[in-house]
Formats: sequence, structure tokens, C-alpha cells
Amino acid sequence: MPALLEARGLHAGYGQTKVLHGLDFQVEQGRTTTLLGANGAGKTTTLRAICGLIRPLGEVRLGGERIDRLAAEDIVRRGVGHVPDGRGTFLELTVEENLRLGAYTRRDKQGVARDFEHVFGYFPRLKERLRQQAGTLSGGEQQMLAVGRAMMLRPRLMLLDEPSFGLAPMVVEEMFGIFGTLNRRERMSMLIVEQNAALALALADHAYLIETGSLVMAGSANEVGGDENIRRSYLGY
Amino acid sequence: MGLFLHQVLAGIATGGIYACMGLAVVMIYQAIDHLNFAQGEMAMFSTFVAWQLIQWGTPYWIAFLATVAISFAAGVAIDRIVFKPIHGAPVLSHVVVFIAMLSIFNSGAGYIWDYQIKTFPSPFGSGDLFGQNLVSRHDAGMIAVTLMMLMALYFFFRHTRIGLAMRAAAASPDSARLAGIRVGWMVALGWGMAAAIGAVAGMMIAPVVFLEPNMMVSILLYGFAGAVLGGLTSPGGAVLGGFAVGVIENLAATYIPGAGRELKLTIALFIIVAVLIFKPGGLFGRHVVSRV
Repeated sequence: MPALLEARGLHAGYGQTKVLHGLDFQVEQGRTTTLLGANGAGKTTTLRAICGLIRPLGEVRLGGERIDRLAAEDIVRRGVGHVPDGRGTFLELTVEENLRLGAYTRRDKQGVARDFEHVFGYFPRLKERLRQQAGTLSGGEQQMLAVGRAMMLRPRLMLLDEPSFGLAPMVVEEMFGIFGTLNRRERMSMLIVEQNAALALALADHAYLIETGSLVMAGSANEVGGDENIRRSYLGY
Repeated sequence: MGLFLHQVLAGIATGGIYACMGLAVVMIYQAIDHLNFAQGEMAMFSTFVAWQLIQWGTPYWIAFLATVAISFAAGVAIDRIVFKPIHGAPVLSHVVVFIAMLSIFNSGAGYIWDYQIKTFPSPFGSGDLFGQNLVSRHDAGMIAVTLMMLMALYFFFRHTRIGLAMRAAAASPDSARLAGIRVGWMVALGWGMAAAIGAVAGMMIAPVVFLEPNMMVSILLYGFAGAVLGGLTSPGGAVLGGFAVGVIENLAATYIPGAGRELKLTIALFIIVAVLIFKPGGLFGRHVVSRV
């Protein structure tokens, strides 16, 4: 069985600036994969290349189908949910409208109605804030909204860009707990980009390490987490 | 008291037209971040199309609906042909294209239908409603038509899937794409709707100001004044601003000695400048802070 997501020779950048220099990686069905790296290593660029916000060179396949030439709008329609850098929340719109937009491409009204409840099951706070403008939410609530919005797509693959960024430690713990539940209970496949290596390695099955646009290590989360250099440079002990 | 009420109602009637023009400008501003100077000329051209259809013997309301449909299609076409290719171009490029469109529509209308002033029929008839010199039949009809249109638009943006998608696309294009919204088509839809709204405004005001290629110049200026007053980032604010400008203009012309007809346009400009000095975001606009 082919991997759910497979990238081969992925190059990407912004105009003249090349950021990624030929990455090969994959996300397996039902598994959690993490992409670790320092600031500026190219983590966010990798996600933007997968979801079509920038056009990459090389090959990206989702369930065997080439998606690297598709527009972002069409990649979403194939079931790639994205919690982007900066959360991508529509601050002027209400919580309910944000969630509704997450399900924009879906036509099954009843399924969408059920998924509202499904999201509230994980994030009861969102139900209390339903009519509130998203911009008035706290940072943690906005992250919940961003994840809830991606869940409304019923994605085959969820891309998470630094979900711990700017959040209080308690909230981070709660969020990662929920990611774990989503993965175990619903077999949701995830690709998580993180700077906080300890957090991501505890959750993930597989890990890749990216440095200045190239992958320098790949393996199971245990292997990567046990590596001497990783421990010293990224885990700090 | 009778005079006051009469002037307020007449102000609401023309204010509705300013509100429509202001709303059209704001819709395009939200979609592409530029002010469409040609909005008035587009509306004028639409009104000429309606006039032509009526001249050919088309019943008024059929001509009205056909003009709205034609204008919508033309608005979409203008976006796809002219503005989509220059998406992301600097402000000045946009300004030049807007001025070009303004002059193309203006001289195009002059070339096809000449510059002679024409009368435009009112579907509501002339004379007073209730016969008390309170509000004319045309003013009352104009208020009804603009209010119905504005309410329909409100419903569309609040309660339909496409309306929500258009708001999302205007608020944050990249996030909208990640939700699967085809942002380019939402912008085109915005152009179509703005053109259609302008067409309605033009057809409603033409019986009052008469039909000629320059008929919308001052109307658009009032529309801008209303939009700036309410806030260019707030469609609802632009509508309220438009109504407010209509009423202010009428009352000032009536009660300020010497203001009269000649200085009415100055009032619009005065409002624009005063708002920009004291409350640059408008009454209902949000403060736009861009991250550097």
C-alpha cells in the first residue's frame, strides 16, 4: 500500500530565494509524522508547498495521485486540512462562521451538522463562544478554533504548523493530548511541524529533521529522539 | 415641520442612491483593495442600456431586470479581462486603469447616445404620494427599491454559503483558499454585484438628474463621501453613511442660508475631508493594522 502522502525531490521557494532543496518524505495512513527543525529551516515552506499555497518542483502524491500541480482550492477538496502558520482564522467572522467555512467544500449537510457536535466534543469552549467574533478569542481558543475548522473538513490528512506556538504550557499540553486522541481514536493522519522537538517526538510515530532546506535525518520517533546529536541540539539534555 | 419632514424624506431617497454607490465602491474595495473611480460611469452606461431597451419598446420592469443582468455579466467580464491580469500590480497601475475605464465609458456613451440630455421614465409616476407634499411618488419608490435591494444583499451576505465565502475571501484570501474557496471567482462575483447595484442606482436616479454621460459624476462623489463617512472597510457603515450624506445635504441646502443648490457638492467634499482628518477609519470602519 502506498503512503498517504509522499514527497519526492521537493524543491520550493519564494521568487529567487530557494528554501527547499529536494526533500523526500512520507506520511503513512493513520500515523503521525513530525517534521522538526530550527527557525528558518523550511518547515512552513514545506507545508505551503504541500497544500498548494506555493508551487513546488518535484512530486507530491496524495494516496498515489499527483497533487503538486493543483491549486490550493483543489488540494483542500481532496481532503488536506491545514492549520497554518498564524492559524488562518477569519478574525472578523464569528466562531460559527469560521467552522462553517471549514466545511465549505462539503455538500453533506447532515454530516456537517453532526461534525459541529463532534468538534464541540473536543472543544466545548467553542460552543460557548459560537456567536462571538473570532478576533475576541484568547490565543488558546483561537488555536482550538483553527484545529476545529480543519476537523470540519473531515480531512484525510491534517497539516499542523507549529501548533504550540505562542500558547501557554497548559494549553499546549491540552492541544497535544487532543492530537493524540484524534490520531488513536479516529485514525487521523497528521503531519506536524514543530520547533518543540520533545513535544512532537512524544506524539509522533515518525520523525524527520530538516536543516536549511534539506533533510538530515529520518526514522521512527524513538530512533530520532534517541540520537545523541538530536538530544543535544534539539532536546537540550 | 412639514418642510423639515419633506426634506428628510427626500434626503433618504437620494441617500439610498448614495448608499448603493457607496456600497458598490466598498464591495470592490474589500475585494481588491482599490477604489473604483469608474463605478459611476459604469452605472451611467448601464442606465443608457436601460434607456435604449425602453426606447426599443421593452416594458420598464423587463428592461430594468435585463439591465441588471447585463450589468452583472459586464462587471464579471471587466474583472476577468482587465483586473485579474493586473492583480497585485502597484496602486498607480490600478489608478490609471480606473481612469481609463472612466473615460472609455464616458466617451463611449457620448459616442453611441450623444451628449444631449435625455429624460428617463420613472416607473412610479410623478406627483405626490398621499397628495400632501410630503414625499413624491418617485422618491417613495426609490426608497422602496433601494431598501429592498439592501435587505436582499444583507440576507445574501449573512445567510448564504456563497455570501459567507465572499466575506471570507475579502477578509483573508490565503485562508479562504485553504478552506477551498475559489477566491478569484469571489472577486469576479463582487464586481458583478457592484455593477448590478450601480445599475439599479443609475436607473433610479436618472429620472431626477436626467440622463447624460456625466450624470453620475456628482452622485459617485456623494457615494464616496458616504463610504468614507461610514468606513471603507464596513459595507453596513457605507450604506448608513450614504443615507446620512443624503439627509445632511438636503437639510444643509434648505436651512443654511447661502448654501443653496450651488454649494451642495461642496458639502460632500467637506464631509470627506473632515472625516479623513478626525476619524480616518470612518464611523464604523475598523482600524487596519498591517504587520510589517
